[in-house]
Amino acid sequence: MKARAFNYVRASTVVEALKAFEDAQDDASYIAGGQSLVPTLALRLQAPELLIDIAHIPALRGIELQGDWLRIGALTRHFEVLSDPLIRLHAPLYSEAAPHVAHPAIRNKGTLGGSISHADPASEFPAMTLALGAELEIAGRDGIRRVPADDFFVDLFQTAIEPGELLVAIHVPVVRSGHRWAFHELARRRGDFALVGCGILAEFSGDVVEHVCIAFFSVGSTPLRARQAEEALIGKKLDQVAIAAAQAIVGDDLNPPEDEHTPPAMKRHLARVLLGRLLGEIARQDV
Amino acid sequence: MSDLVNVTMTVNGTEVSHSIAPRITLADFLRQTLELTGTHTGCEMGVCGACLVILDGRVVHSCLTYAVQASGAAIETVEGLSERTAIADLQEAFHQRNALQCGFCTPGMLMTAHALLSQPGVPTREEIRDALSGNYCRCTGYEAIVDAIAKVARDRDAGVIAQASEEVGAWAC
Ligand SMILES: Cc1cc2nc3c(=O)[nH]c(=O)nc-3n(C[C@H](O)[C@H](O)[C@H](O)COP(=O)(O)OP(=O)(O)OC[C@H]3O[C@@H](n4cnc5c(N)ncnc54)[C@H](O)[C@@H]3O)c2cc1C
Ligand code: FES
Ligand code: FES
Repeated sequence: MKARAFNYVRASTVVEALKAFEDAQDDASYIAGGQSLVPTLALRLQAPELLIDIAHIPALRGIELQGDWLRIGALTRHFEVLSDPLIRLHAPLYSEAAPHVAHPAIRNKGTLGGSISHADPASEFPAMTLALGAELEIAGRDGIRRVPADDFFVDLFQTAIEPGELLVAIHVPVVRSGHRWAFHELARRRGDFALVGCGILAEFSGDVVEHVCIAFFSVGSTPLRARQAEEALIGKKLDQVAIAAAQAIVGDDLNPPEDEHTPPAMKRHLARVLLGRLLGEIARQDV
Repeated sequence: MSDLVNVTMTVNGTEVSHSIAPRITLADFLRQTLELTGTHTGCEMGVCGACLVILDGRVVHSCLTYAVQASGAAIETVEGLSERTAIADLQEAFHQRNALQCGFCTPGMLMTAHALLSQPGVPTREEIRDALSGNYCRCTGYEAIVDAIAKVARDRDAGVIAQASEEVGAWAC
């Protein structure tokens, strides 16, 4: 199917984009890479009057270390996430997830900000945003605000971004010594959305888990943290007993929807397997 | 109805300018307005890979881009690659290895192969399969396609080595 007719403007600044949205009385959509939006419009799941192209706004670009935070511009494309040395060094879960996001040609156009704004519960980057404890910089009529990832993913395809607001950048607290991480997903074919996926960032004090963030995707209406599994690990050595305790409880953390191909019981099982593998991998990593 | 917009871009080295509706995809613009029908449309939602083109040096789906978004960009289609003989060896290898039957998927396969082989090094079969993960073929099967690409990867590498040793040889004289 083809998209319904719409008008198009190309914004060159954040202010211009916000103004265009306001002038269109909210009957507008921002377009970044278009890799989720174009199919949505072709299927007529959305039919805005106006498309505001934000792909040429310089303020949404760039990857820069700012003290203890890495600022990643919303327009950073998936292939840049895959290869950028600053991201690899300071926000490595994004780099680990990137090869699993779609196919090469989609990675050439899709943006990190677009993926996070779209907030598909099966997407890798939104979940890694949770795992990394990132903050989202959002611009709106009243200026700029920063929302922690834990408060950002509200519901299915719904985030803290209000209509007309723009995600400007993702701010990631840089990983430090003592941090260990792992990422993995289970998918039927390469490039497909995952059946279940997970990223973990753990902070150790010696061999004791001081802090841990376990973020799952494809197991609920948003990417989500396995809080009970996290609690089962805090203050413990990451041995077989601790891993088994986290695995025993993780099913309760998840909320997979009914699905005839991958029923909730199967997703919970896969999540337990995945968690065991990832924690085992982290336990084996040298400090 | 929407307002028409003026779109100017370079396609296969030639500047083109047209007034079009913003909802026209780059795929439809290339095929219908410019009559460059080498770019195919199958699923029109980013899944099959038949519509791949090069936009400012990177392979993208022309079905997932509105032509107006590409205004100001440089586009190369399979016709462009073919005419400047950039993929002559790939085309020959596909032919020799029977890596196409109906040929519907072939332009996209060639685009992906071209992008992959433009990177340094010789890709493994695993890497070739990975690169092709977004290209569907409904009749030939993938084995012959991977074979053809693997052959060109090896031949190009051998060519580079032969050329390098020739240069070293010439320098030594
Ligand atoms: C065949 C196929 C397979 C895919 N497989 C995967 C996969 O395995 N994993 C995965 O994670 N994704 C996958 N994707 C989706 C892909 O990663 C998209 O690129 C990404 O989800 C959206 O990024 P975009 O820049 O293209 O956003 P767009 O499509 O331009 O926008 C998406 C939505 O976000 C909004 N938006 C975009 N940028 C901003 C911003 N800065 N501020 C506010 N709102 C904004 C838009 O208004 C729109 O509503 C796949 C897509 C396709 C077509
Ligand atoms: S037509 Fe573009 S991917 Fe199928
Ligand atoms: S040759 Fe027919 S689809 Fe590939």
